[in-house]
Amino acid sequence: MIPGSFSYHRPASVADAVKLLSDLGEEARPLAGGHSLVPMMKLRLATPAHLVDLHGIAALKGISRNGNNLIIGAMTTQHELLASDEVAKAMPILHEAALLIADPQVRYRGTIGGNVANGDPGNDMPALMMTLEATYRLEGPGGTRDVAAADFYQGAYFTALEPGEILTSVSVPVPAAGHGYAYEKLKRKVGDYATAAAAVVLTMSGGKVVTCAIGLTNVHETPLLAIDAAKAVIGTSLDAATLKKAAAAASAIMAPAADARGPVEYRKHVGGIMVTRALQRAAAIAK
Amino acid sequence: MNDLTPTREQRSAALEGMGCKRKRVEDIRFTQGKGNYVDDVKLPGMLHGDFVRSPHPHARVKKIDDSEALKVPGVLAVITAETLKTVNLAWMPTLAGDVQMVLADGKVLFQNQEVAFVVATDRYAADDGINKVIVEYEPLPPLVDPFKSMDKDAPVLREDLAGKTSGAHGPRKHHNHIFEWSVGDKELTDAAFKKAEVTIKEMISYHRTHPSPLETCQCVCSFDKIKGELTIYGTFQAPHVIRTVVSLIAKLPEQKIHVIAPDIGGGFGNKVGAYPGYICAAVASIVTGKPVKWVEDRIENLTATSFARDYHMTTEIAASKDGKVTGLRVHVLADHGAFDACADPSKWPAGFFNIVTGSYDFPTAHLAVDGVYTNKAPGGVAYRCSFRVTEAAYCIERAMDILAQKLNMDPAELRLKNFIKPEQFPYHSALGWEYDSGDYHTAMRKMMETTGYAALRKEQAEKRAAFKRGETREIMGLGVSFFTEIVGAGPSKNCDILGIAMFDSCEIRMHPTGAGIARMGTKSQGQGHETTWAQIIATEIGIPADNIMVEEGNTDTAPYGLGTYGSRSTPVAGAAIAMAARKIKAKAQMIAAYKLEVHEDDLEFDIDGFRVKGLPEKFMSMKDICWAAYNSVPPGMEPGLEAVSYYDPPNMTYPFGAYLCVMDIDVDTGVYKVRRFYALDDCGTRINPMIIEGQVHGGLTEAFAIAMGQEIRYDDTGNVVTGSFMDFFMPTAVETPHWETDFTVTPSPHHPIGAKGVGESPNVGGVPAFSNAVNDAFSFLGSTHIQMPHDFWRNWRAAKDLGAVA
Repeated sequence: MIPGSFSYHRPASVADAVKLLSDLGEEARPLAGGHSLVPMMKLRLATPAHLVDLHGIAALKGISRNGNNLIIGAMTTQHELLASDEVAKAMPILHEAALLIADPQVRYRGTIGGNVANGDPGNDMPALMMTLEATYRLEGPGGTRDVAAADFYQGAYFTALEPGEILTSVSVPVPAAGHGYAYEKLKRKVGDYATAAAAVVLTMSGGKVVTCAIGLTNVHETPLLAIDAAKAVIGTSLDAATLKKAAAAASAIMAPAADARGPVEYRKHVGGIMVTRALQRAAAIAK
Repeated sequence: MNDLTPTREQRSAALEGMGCKRKRVEDIRFTQGKGNYVDDVKLPGMLHGDFVRSPHPHARVKKIDDSEALKVPGVLAVITAETLKTVNLAWMPTLAGDVQMVLADGKVLFQNQEVAFVVATDRYAADDGINKVIVEYEPLPPLVDPFKSMDKDAPVLREDLAGKTSGAHGPRKHHNHIFEWSVGDKELTDAAFKKAEVTIKEMISYHRTHPSPLETCQCVCSFDKIKGELTIYGTFQAPHVIRTVVSLIAKLPEQKIHVIAPDIGGGFGNKVGAYPGYICAAVASIVTGKPVKWVEDRIENLTATSFARDYHMTTEIAASKDGKVTGLRVHVLADHGAFDACADPSKWPAGFFNIVTGSYDFPTAHLAVDGVYTNKAPGGVAYRCSFRVTEAAYCIERAMDILAQKLNMDPAELRLKNFIKPEQFPYHSALGWEYDSGDYHTAMRKMMETTGYAALRKEQAEKRAAFKRGETREIMGLGVSFFTEIVGAGPSKNCDILGIAMFDSCEIRMHPTGAGIARMGTKSQGQGHETTWAQIIATEIGIPADNIMVEEGNTDTAPYGLGTYGSRSTPVAGAAIAMAARKIKAKAQMIAAYKLEVHEDDLEFDIDGFRVKGLPEKFMSMKDICWAAYNSVPPGMEPGLEAVSYYDPPNMTYPFGAYLCVMDIDVDTGVYKVRRFYALDDCGTRINPMIIEGQVHGGLTEAFAIAMGQEIRYDDTGNVVTGSFMDFFMPTAVETPHWETDFTVTPSPHHPIGAKGVGESPNVGGVPAFSNAVNDAFSFLGSTHIQMPHDFWRNWRAAKDLGAVA
């Protein structure tokens, strides 16, 4: 549990960070909150020769409103996200989900950018961002580009990030007023990854679902959008048969690993239940 | 006397003696981060050691190449079994009479076994070094399942034992067999089963788990070549035993070994044994002439130092139709891992598992235990319990519930019907123990009344009906547990460790100003000894607890003791304190008689001094007596006021308790909620109720963890898959239920202050309460026994197997 030696860099601008990462190549890793990278380094499963610490870049911090979007700087911590009235009002599901991430000590240090950019299927924010139709801004030696969260994840720890690129901010469209939302996460204990979790954002009219998006955490090597499950509930009043259908459709795309959280069958089963419960709770608070 | 003269109550309260909720004096430093732990020890020129460990559970070690490692800047030496052989330390004796490799000698027998020890100038260089040691292995088939260990074609694990048909505890019947230990009357028991009206039989497993103290195992060894002296700072629960063991195996004179256990961050049995890290650090210090520190990380602690439990108990009870037990038959298959490093008193290969008759009046019983080797880490320590007592309590408490279910009787009623009656104490159990005291019926009834047991059963019946009607997906379980512990090892007639009787000791030295120091053979790891030991002295001799300093852990200054584990400190050392204090008091009485010019028989002790009987004004305080002890003792008496006591207990003590767990389980997810947990403990005389409450909270939390998910699990190929707190269930305050505590007081008749010990009762009684609650919840769906741990997915699987989930 002792890391190998490495060089430490603390650039003051995104441009400097990008330059460092491009120049140093694969031997360099950007450091945000460090909750994933540092333990991997202590186990020597990651042995970067260079760490490029992003904490010195003021431009990567903060939450601002741009038209109908909330722009969240990549180095904004989960704690800062929780402290934001804007987030709590405009997209309460983010607030709710951030509270389910580990414990206060972790949230003081853990960042939004690190959470979504690492490609760890156990992280909660990626499925949330897909559900909310967020876009990630990536800055690299080739310039700046925006990638939809839904297109970002390619495999466990594999993302659309190109060498030298840094995820600098997340842009999240504000959901419709009166939308219903819920993030249902089954975990064994505080600090654990989800056994299965489901995010739901929906709108209702006259007791029927008008729009719906469903995201799934930790039931596949990437976060998932349960598109068929979401389709199945549109136009319904979420009666028992519909819920069952939606849960089955969601379970059908799950491919979790068997681990101490349970065998595959269990994780898929409770994944379906998380979908059901999230739908019910979201519907109950939709106006 | 005037208004300012303190009343008797005020004088008594000022002592903060026994029964006082005295605040823990050690917490002043602990809560400010000012404790002094082994890793805080930094000696000039100190080096650091770290282990190369085996990735294989079973393999031949073909070659160890350290040439690249030795090129790493800062790396000074790589120690292997070959190095250790030059000082005859490649193997070490275990507490259980087996031998254990210090470093892999030709073979590795469990994953993460120590293979080589890299010594470097700092911790980072040491770790760089271990990554450069190249070890060539030839993998061998691993043996993981203890039930297959004695198969004909099972791989031979211990080649060093080839041809040895007997071990430390008698004959071996297979190359992977360690011992068979049996006790009780087999014929009589078999006969009881033959004529029994009702019998039950169940294989009850208590899975492998780990004590996982907050602070891992560690040491600093410093060898002084000029003086030939070895100083060892270590996380030791039994520092004197370590000194003797080191002296015997390293052939160093015992007076030249100084063992110091500073503050310890939890032990729970994990820090009783001797580990390769200690030996390697000592050898490295002798070789380099510099102090060497070894500190385990969490993965090493969980996967290589002593585990607990791993008992597979086939249990049978014979009974009459109306629920009177007539016989108990238990066979245990005990998985000891690769070496038998079980920490038990030497004559007890299965500890005190023969307490398995529990709180019940079994006319006859028979027990047999087979210990076997597997490719897993060695250990088998008493994780917050007396030796194998938790396993025994789980076994009988689960079995009594199974019997109650078969008889269609309430589990509490079945227990009440079979309890040993108050008038039967001292009670001789069918498996050989003499229970000192108990009033089980009172404790059980108090539990039932306080919790509203009857109403809870009624609610459960209603919920079950609602579940069957499809109105709820939640089931409710009531977990009853009534345990009897056996602690306070132990009487020299039957308890020793490597030939040293399991007494304990106290030395009290009073200073002229009415203050004093007590030095102990025990070693607190968080139990609060500095607080409670002073309280015993305060009550015994009338000096405020605040004036008594308690010192433990330095073998040069402390009297010889066998250490702290198995809830033995209060039963044994607590008695030694009282006996030493009484010696002080006896001398104080002679001094007081001389000063007050009366015969000592005319004096009576009165809270904080001696008073002349019938003449209340003629009084001499203990404080004044302390002063007098240093200037005006009676002619012929030696000055000073100190005493030492070595206490050999006449018997064990037998704490008991009645617990109830109320649990709700969502069958669709297997998620449980502990709605209520009530724990009534009878630990005899209560020294510090606040510390007792804290001990009960801690022990229940560990019991909760074990029953509901905490396991050391190996996959089929021998990989340990629970090597960190991501996978090994360590509950936080969020998951931990609310605890309700209660008590009755049945003093031990043979203990000087009547105390029995409490630290481990809640773990012993807690585990069956949780497991019985889960099993009780599912029983109406047709199950008789569901194995621990009861984590969410296993609860769901149980529901699914019983047809409650589609």
